[in-house]
Formats: sequence, C-alpha cells, structure tokens
Amino acid sequence: MAQMTMIQAITDALRVELKNDENVVLFGEDVGKNGGVFRATEGLQDEFGEDRVFDTPLAESGIGGLAIGLATQGFRPVPEIQFFGFVYEVMDSISGQMARMRYRSGNTVNMPITLRSPFGGGVHTPEMHADSLEGLMAQQPGLKVVIPSNPYDAKGLLISAIRDNDPVIYLEHMKLYRSFRDEVPEEEYTIELGKANVKREGTDITLIAYGAMVQASMKAAEELEKNGVSAEVIDLRTIAPLDVETIVESVKKTGRAVVVQEAQRVAGIASQIVAEIQERAILHLEAPVLRVTAPDTVYSFPQAEEVWLPNHKDIVNKANEAMNY
Amino acid sequence: MKRTNEKVAEQFPTFQILNEEGKVVNEEKMPKLSDDEFKDLMTRMVYTRILDQRSIALNRQGRLGFYAPTAGQEASQLGSHFALEKDDYLLPGYRDVPQLIWHGLPLYKAFLWSRGHFAGGQMPEGVHAMVPQIIIGAQYVQTAGVALGMKKRGEKRVAVTYTGDGGTSQGDFYEGMNFAGAFDAPAIFIAQNNRFAISTPVEKQTKAETLAQKAVAAGIEGIQVDGMDVLAVYVATKEARERAINGEGPTLIETLTYRYGPHTMAGDDPTRYRTKDLDSEWEQKDPLVRFRKFLEDKGIWSEEEENEVIERAKEEIKAAIKEADGVPKQKVTDLIGNMYETLPQNLQEQMEEYKAKESK
Repeated sequence: MAQMTMIQAITDALRVELKNDENVVLFGEDVGKNGGVFRATEGLQDEFGEDRVFDTPLAESGIGGLAIGLATQGFRPVPEIQFFGFVYEVMDSISGQMARMRYRSGNTVNMPITLRSPFGGGVHTPEMHADSLEGLMAQQPGLKVVIPSNPYDAKGLLISAIRDNDPVIYLEHMKLYRSFRDEVPEEEYTIELGKANVKREGTDITLIAYGAMVQASMKAAEELEKNGVSAEVIDLRTIAPLDVETIVESVKKTGRAVVVQEAQRVAGIASQIVAEIQERAILHLEAPVLRVTAPDTVYSFPQAEEVWLPNHKDIVNKANEAMNY
Repeated sequence: MKRTNEKVAEQFPTFQILNEEGKVVNEEKMPKLSDDEFKDLMTRMVYTRILDQRSIALNRQGRLGFYAPTAGQEASQLGSHFALEKDDYLLPGYRDVPQLIWHGLPLYKAFLWSRGHFAGGQMPEGVHAMVPQIIIGAQYVQTAGVALGMKKRGEKRVAVTYTGDGGTSQGDFYEGMNFAGAFDAPAIFIAQNNRFAISTPVEKQTKAETLAQKAVAAGIEGIQVDGMDVLAVYVATKEARERAINGEGPTLIETLTYRYGPHTMAGDDPTRYRTKDLDSEWEQKDPLVRFRKFLEDKGIWSEEEENEVIERAKEEIKAAIKEADGVPKQKVTDLIGNMYETLPQNLQEQMEEYKAKESK
C-alpha cells in the first residue's frame, strides 16, 4: 500500500496497463515529454518510449479519429482530451463514430478506447475548462462513462476501463487530483464498471452522488448525523450505465433520496436517476426525490464559482427538505 | 510581396495519360500492365456501370434503399482501387461502394447496407475495410489513425480514403491530412471532384483553383488527375502507394470527375442546378468510352467481350438481390446484442423485454 493522490493513482494505472499490454498507446496534446498538463502521464514516455506515449497536433477531432483508426489495427488507445470542455470538437468521433462502431459493423469491429479527460470546478480555471458535460456522453448508446471520486477507485476503474473492449469516457475531476491522499495498493486490481459503491450506510435518506459531489455528500452526511438523520451515501462511480439495482435497493430501505450533481439542473444525469427511482420504487417513497444541482446558467465565471457550485450545505438543506416533507 | 494563387496552382497541373479519344498522350507515365490487367480494369468499369444502372432501377422498384449513383466516376473509383493490394485498408465514403465490392465485400452485403441491415456492415474475414462513412470528413481523420497503426506495426500497407469536392471544406478533411503528414503515416487521401456537392458547385466551396493544392496546408504531396482517365488515376495512386510504404508519407489525389446521375436517389433532381451543356460536355469524357477505344486499338477488347461482362453483371446482381432477400429480418434483440461485448444492466433488462415480445 502507498499513499497516493488521485493523479498519482491514475499515472500508476496507466503504467500498469502500458506494462501489461503492448497494444496500449497513450497520446494527446502534451502528454509525452511534458508528462501532461496535470502530470498525469509524467515519466511514461521515458519509461515506455515515444512509440507508446506520444504527442499529437492540436486538434481534438483528429485525436478521436486517430484513436478509432489505431483501434482498427489492434491497438488499445488511451487518448487524452486536455479539458473536457473541448469535447465539442470531437463529439463526432466519440458519439458519432466510436460509440457506434460495434453496432454498425454488426458486432465485427470493436473500439477498445479509453478517452481520459479532466473536468470540474472549484479551481478557478478559465472558460470551458470546468464544465460538467458527462450528461452528453451518458445519452449516447455505446459508451460507458466513468467518474472516480478518490485515488483508490481511480486506479481500479481506470485499469478496468482500459481493459474494456468497448469505448469508455473516463472523466477526472480537477479538484480531486491532489486534494487528498488515499491508501492505494501498489499491485494491479480492478473495480467493475457499472457498479456503484455504498460509501456510507444509513437508514433515513439516500444521497446519490458522483465526482466531487461524493465528498460533499459525505460531509453533508456527517452534519446530518449530528441532527439525528442517518444518510446513506452512494458513489455511482460509473454514470453510464447506471447501477440502478444498488440505487433502488437503497431507496427501498430509506424511503427518501436526494440526487447530487455538480452539473446544471438540465444537464448531468440526476433526472435519469429520479426517473428510474419513481418507476421502480414509488411505493417505497416517503417524499419526492429531490435534486441538488448547479443553476441552469452557463458555467460560472471563475470568481463566482463559490456561490454557483453546489456544496455540502446545499445537500444538507435539500436532505432536510426531504426529511420534513 | 504578393503571393499569387497562380504560382501555387501551376504546381498542380492535371495529370493525364489517355485523352478523350483513347490516345496515349503521356507515354513516359504509361503503366506497365499486362493485357489481362488492362482487360480486368475495363471489366470492372463496365460491371460497375451496369451495377449503377441496375441499382437505380432496383431503388426505384423499392428493392434497394439508400443509393448514391456512381456512373461517370468509374475511372476515379476503380482506377485508384486497382492500384491497391488486398491487405490495404479502405475507408470509403457513402458513394464508394464499388471500391468496397472490388475489395471483397460480397454484392449481396452491399445491397443489405443500402437497405439498412446490419449484416451489410459485417466485412468478411480478410476484407480490410470500414463500412461506408455517412459523416463527411470522418473517414479522413480515421484514415490517419489506420495508417499510423500500420506504420507502428512496421507493415508495408496503406490506408486509403475517399471524399468529394464538398468534403474538402470540412475540418476533418484538413485534420486527417495534417495528422497523417505530421506522423509520416502511409495514407492516401482521394478527393473525387465531381464539381457538385448536391447542388452546390465546387466554386462555392473554395476560392482555391485546385483541390489538390490543399495538400500544401498539410505539407504533403498533392496531385490533380484527370479522373475520367483510368490509367492516370491508377498511376497516381500506385505512385502514392509506393511513396507511402517507403515511409515518405501521405498524398492527396484530386480526381476531376463527374456524376452523370443525381446526388442520391432520395429525390435529388440535378436539372435544377446543372445545365444540359455541362452534362453533355462531361459525357464526352466518359471513362468507359476512351478506355474502350484504347483497348480496341490494342486489339484486346470486343463488343462480344463487353456483352459478356454485362450479362454476367446482370446475373450476379439478380442472384445477389435474391440472396439479400433471404437474409433474416433484424430483431431488436439482434440490435441490442451488437451494442457491447457485455451487456450493461439497462440493456440486459431491455433484452429480456424484447425477447418476450419477439417470442409472442
């Protein structure tokens, strides 16, 4: 075991897979010699060579096409999109192409691609860096969307994502990169994609979250506990496909739920979760399922992040609203 | 200092070997093909012209679905394909079904693709090609990746892709060539300039005098070819292939060609935007007419032989349509089964739902 930040756990997972499988190739803007703008790929080009870890021209669509083409030749591409706000440039390669390849070829061509990309607010980035656009990806059949919330999950999920034979969008929250350390096994291990994690058991209300909102929910749960409310916290880990079973099981037990996301109310995946709960567990509900989200504006200017981004206080308030319904 | 467009365009003269009368005008570049190979080329072009005629008819009868006519582009499509090897990887656009067929896609599967059946996208083992691309330009960025993959494997193979004149305005067209150039990847980019993107003439796509000169922006080789001259297209592609497998990087080939038919069979009417004069001007450049003259002058082609090809084409098309008719209808459970290697929760559930529905 070692104490690692999430970014170190990610680098470690990439190293494990580069070592394990000679078909794994890493590429993107400044991921080679520079080691990535966040140092996620630091030292990997030195260790594995320019043939395995390399820089590309500055063009996201080209990077997506490169990944697709390499996949047809038996490679296992792990491209990086520098910030997920830039995904619009590569939407066709992702949603229009790699997500559909297995289907359009009648299950004869698959795309074992893991697209890594940072996102998320709270670190005062310039425009189009922090936007939560996972909802766009979650709506595309053929993709899986993974969002780890801690170093341990980050490593196990990334190894699973790379080994998956279908395209995975792996989103890394920038605020979580170095904000805390965790015990992470040095050896390889995997965490199954599509499986949520019950981070905290509770009996009164279920808080369903992902990304940076997991920590906020944990903090909220502690405060709620002080007032005698026992909150169960579910970290989705994979937001597409959803682990509906785990969610519904928890809600049936607690009878109340709040879905928490950093994305705007019209975005993200909270609405999908609410819909699944009401279809499958309405007779168990003591109160409507409520959502904690950002307001439906364009992502905040850096100086307004503090008042704009949802936080643990919003979660406590919403949970109390559900408790007192 | 004024950088003149003329000087740039001067570097991209039209490469031609056979003129409209079927006479060799560029002896030096004449490919060394055997009589059988010359005849094979003609056979493919005649066959493909018949395939186009029959496809249009079958589409009108409702026995085919999406179809983008190819008549006029035989030299461009088949001359370029003839320069490839079986192991080369093809990334066709939606009009490039003929190349796929000559690369090994069975005819009945091409018909299934037209109708909209997943089996049409299942390439047989050993046929290195992608399903025709509907998103104009996407095949270009993917080609850079396929070619880089070949380079990394140390293989002597190339990736070949096609787009039209309109497609050269896309970002992916430029990115694809630029990536392939930056990686010195063995790719051949073919822009089939048939002068119209649906109703929009090439002059409204760009002020550039040639499309071949767009290679300059990527720092790669570019060549403009008479796309109605099958030998010129063959030689240009062959040379591009040689350069590519020798590690000299990609090439952009512009073929000047024409489609005699509409853009697609989905209601496009070319009389709205093309003049009769323009149509007849290009009909005189018909690639079949000039190559037929060339072969007849050599004494290796006859009307009889051509009729044999035509009859064979018609019979094979008939048989292929029949075979396509016999392919089982698609079920939702098939479509679900083709989504992932392992079905996620939601699809497992939907699979059960549709299994129950289908068993009723």
